[in-house]
Amino acid sequence: MTELQTHAAEIAEQFSDHIDVSTDEIEARLEQLVTEYKVPVSEAKRSVTNSYLDEADLDRDELGRGGADAVLVDEIDQDEQWVDVTVKVVDLWEPRSDSISQVGLVGDESGRIKFVAFETSELDELEEGASYKLGNVVTDEYQGDYSIKLNRTTTITELDEEIEVGDNSTTVEGALVDVQSGSGLIKRCPEEGCTRVLQNGRCSEHGEVDGEFDLRIKAVIDDGHEVHDVIFNREATEELTGIELEGAKQQAKDALDTTVVADGIRTDIVGRYYRVTGPTLGRYVLANEFESLDRPAETDSLLSRARSLS
Amino acid sequence: MSTDDSVPTREVAHRVFAGEFNDASYTFKESDDDRAPVYLLLPSGAKANRVFFVGTLTETDDVGNDNEYWQGRIVDPTGTFFVYAGQYQPEAASMLRELEPPAYVAVVGKPRTYETDDGDVAVSVRPESITTVDAATRDRWVSETAERTLDRIDGFDEETNEYARMASEQYGDDLSTHKETVISALESLDGDGDSSDESADEVPDEFVDDSGQADPPVDGSPDA
Repeated sequence: MTELQTHAAEIAEQFSDHIDVSTDEIEARLEQLVTEYKVPVSEAKRSVTNSYLDEADLDRDELGRGGADAVLVDEIDQDEQWVDVTVKVVDLWEPRSDSISQVGLVGDESGRIKFVAFETSELDELEEGASYKLGNVVTDEYQGDYSIKLNRTTTITELDEEIEVGDNSTTVEGALVDVQSGSGLIKRCPEEGCTRVLQNGRCSEHGEVDGEFDLRIKAVIDDGHEVHDVIFNREATEELTGIELEGAKQQAKDALDTTVVADGIRTDIVGRYYRVTGPTLGRYVLANEFESLDRPAETDSLLSRARSLS
Repeated sequence: MSTDDSVPTREVAHRVFAGEFNDASYTFKESDDDRAPVYLLLPSGAKANRVFFVGTLTETDDVGNDNEYWQGRIVDPTGTFFVYAGQYQPEAASMLRELEPPAYVAVVGKPRTYETDDGDVAVSVRPESITTVDAATRDRWVSETAERTLDRIDGFDEETNEYARMASEQYGDDLSTHKETVISALESLDGDGDSSDESADEVPDEFVDDSGQADPPVDGSPDA
């Protein structure tokens, strides 16, 4: 099959339940757009699909895919793909808008992904901790992060099996709004397996001990909706601030005060935006990976959203 | 100091443009406890005990009598935030003492209201932190705040959102000015979008006159 034949067959399959249209006819229309009018293939597909949507009086999200591909969530790397996933609901969040019925995280053996379900789709609610086969969901991309959207055609089948969710890491992003006490140059209890942070030279378990210096940051990341406590260990702190343990000890020695280290860190990172990924420990996200965030390029879509508000 | 699970939930830092923030005046508590948090009711229908904003510090002034009491004017695309820091906010006060306007700053702080001489209620911010940031951070804040404001406007439903209901009673239910504020803020971002790419630490020309002095684009008192 030529490339256009493949695309034509795909489109024909999508519409097979709705209207009677032949692969040849679709191919001819694609051919005309691509060859005669020099339209890129993706745009041609889009245009042809839209014209059949009109003809069939369908919304895009009512359009089934002849057979969506079953994928692992970690394999999702393209926008607007129709896929099937088999996942466990890891976390449900508070929807930010009335149009959203459910939002949260689902996961399979490959990892986790955000999902969104809309009120208008009138779907059964997913339960936290339960496992489902979700048929016909659409992938979505925002600033390089992928999510899946449930829609009117999505099939939800609850499964008896327990799905093991891989890599229990979570990602948070937002402004770093606070560096909390216990950050900077700290001392830990040297007792075997203890590592508690000393307060005034005392370990809450082992009393007065000769502590060992360490670096860490306990920070708060806030996106305007939720706050997350984040811990940067020594390695992450060194990478984030460029301050190394030896340098920090020297700073403290020069100032006769360990708090100068935390003060310097605070000046460097508070008020800036970060995305942090890592496992959760109690209420903390441990920052295994992080990046500093520049302005998103998304202002156009925000502008049109603002202008479309009545 | 214990740092574990008994810590109460931290208040979210809301994103609000100066234009909307300065239109707020109504504060309330949700419990009779003396130490219960005080919330500022935002006109778009949310309660804010903490805010986070990024803008251009255009002017600092020690307005105290016996003790230092620093006022800072921080300008976003929609208006001016007023921050006040005295002896109980030593870090923020020393930042205001030492910073040379104009400079991009990020502020985390608590909304405060006070009555002006002519009896109006004005709103200001008591900073928890003031840090210098770059233009990219400022731009990100503007687009993020636009998005959060649109989220609030979207969720402004007096049936389901008690803060929308309160806001409607206190300020009315016409959110068109706040929507316009969002649009103009986003448009301003398009206009000076280059600043984040090429001259990350420079302040746009409109805030600097020929002598290099700060020239606040918004005039008037905090109750404006």
